[in-house]
Amino acid sequence: MNHSIVLAGPAAETTRLVAYWILAIASVAAALGMVLARKAVHCAVLLAVVMLSLAVFYAMLGAPFLAFVQIIVYTGAVLMLFLFVLMIVGISAADSMIETIRGQRMWAALSAIAMLVLLSLVIGHAVIGSAAPASAKFGNANVTALASLIFTRYLYPFEIISALLIIAAVGAMVLAHRERLTPKPTQRELAEQRIATGHPAPLPGPGTYAQHNAADMPALLPDGSQSQLSVSAVLTFRAAESPPELPGGTPEAGTAGPVAPSSTDSHETGEQ
Amino acid sequence: MVSPAHFIALSVILFVIGAVGVLVRRNAIVVFMSVELMLNAANLAFVTFARMHGALDGQIIAFFVMVVAAAEVVVGLAILTAIFRARRSASVDDANLMKY
Repeated sequence: MNHSIVLAGPAAETTRLVAYWILAIASVAAALGMVLARKAVHCAVLLAVVMLSLAVFYAMLGAPFLAFVQIIVYTGAVLMLFLFVLMIVGISAADSMIETIRGQRMWAALSAIAMLVLLSLVIGHAVIGSAAPASAKFGNANVTALASLIFTRYLYPFEIISALLIIAAVGAMVLAHRERLTPKPTQRELAEQRIATGHPAPLPGPGTYAQHNAADMPALLPDGSQSQLSVSAVLTFRAAESPPELPGGTPEAGTAGPVAPSSTDSHETGEQ
Repeated sequence: MVSPAHFIALSVILFVIGAVGVLVRRNAIVVFMSVELMLNAANLAFVTFARMHGALDGQIIAFFVMVVAAAEVVVGLAILTAIFRARRSASVDDANLMKY
C-alpha cells in the first residue's frame, strides 16, 4: 500500500514553491499589520490570516494532524476567545498613539533589528539540511505514528499537560467569578428604587422621531430636544472612552449633543 | 524546491514581528496576540525540524506548545477581564498599582 499523500514530481515542486511564496508574503504582511493596526479587532482578524497560512505550512511539512489542530484549536477556539474578550472590553477600544515611555518605539525597533540580525547569523551559520525522504509517518500514517509516540515515550508529559488544562480551566473560573458582596435586592426594593427615580414608566426607546432608529440615536421629544434617557448608558460610556475619529465631515450641527459624535463612531465600527 | 531553510527564515521573521508587538503595543489583548504569534513561529520551527530529521518528536513538542498556549490564553484573558472590571481599561499602562 503506497501512502503517497506527499505529491512528487517537478510540477508538484513548482506548486509547493508558489504556495510557499504566496503564503509567506501574506503571513508576514498580516503579522506586520497585526502589530501596526490600531483597532484590536483588526489585529484579531489579521492574526487569523497568519494562523491559517501556518496551518497550510504544517500540511506542506508533512504534519496533517497539526495542520487541523492549528485550525481547530487556534483559529477556532483561541481566536474566538480573543474576540469574546474584545466584545466585553469594548469593540472600539483603540490604542492611543502617545508614547508613555520616552523613546520606547525607537528602542523596540533597535532591539528588533538586533534580534533579527542575531537569529539570522545563527541560522546562517547552522547547517540546515534538506528534508528527510518522505515516509508514511509524514503522510497518511501521521496520526497513528503521533499517537503511538504520545502514549509511549511522551506519556508523562501528556498526563501532566492534562492536569495543566484542568488547572487552567478552574483558574479561569476562579478569576472570572465575581463574589456578591451585597444581598440581592428584592422585587419590593427594586420597585421602590424605580419610584424614587421619578421615572416609573419604561425608558423611551432610542431613535423615536429622530433621523434614524439606531441604538445610539437619542429620541426626539415633542419640543424637538433630545431625550438622553433613551440611549443606553453603556454606549455613552464607550463614546467617552474612545473619542471617535471623524473621517471627513463634522457631526450635523443641528443635533450636536453629547451623544451625536458617538453615533458616527458606532457606524464605523458597525461595518467591521 | 522549498527547503527547510525557507520555513526557518519565515519563522524567524514572524518571531521578531511578534516580539516587536509585545514591546510596542499597550492594549493587553494585542500583547497577548503578539505572544501567540511568537509561539506560532516557534511551532513552525519545530515542525520544520521534525520534517528535516524525519522524526516526529518535533511535531509532538509543537502539539504540547499549542495546548500550553491555549491554557495560557484562557488564564490570561480571565485576568484581563478581571482587571477590566476593576479598572475599566485594558491598557497595560493603567495596571500600575504595584509600581514602586
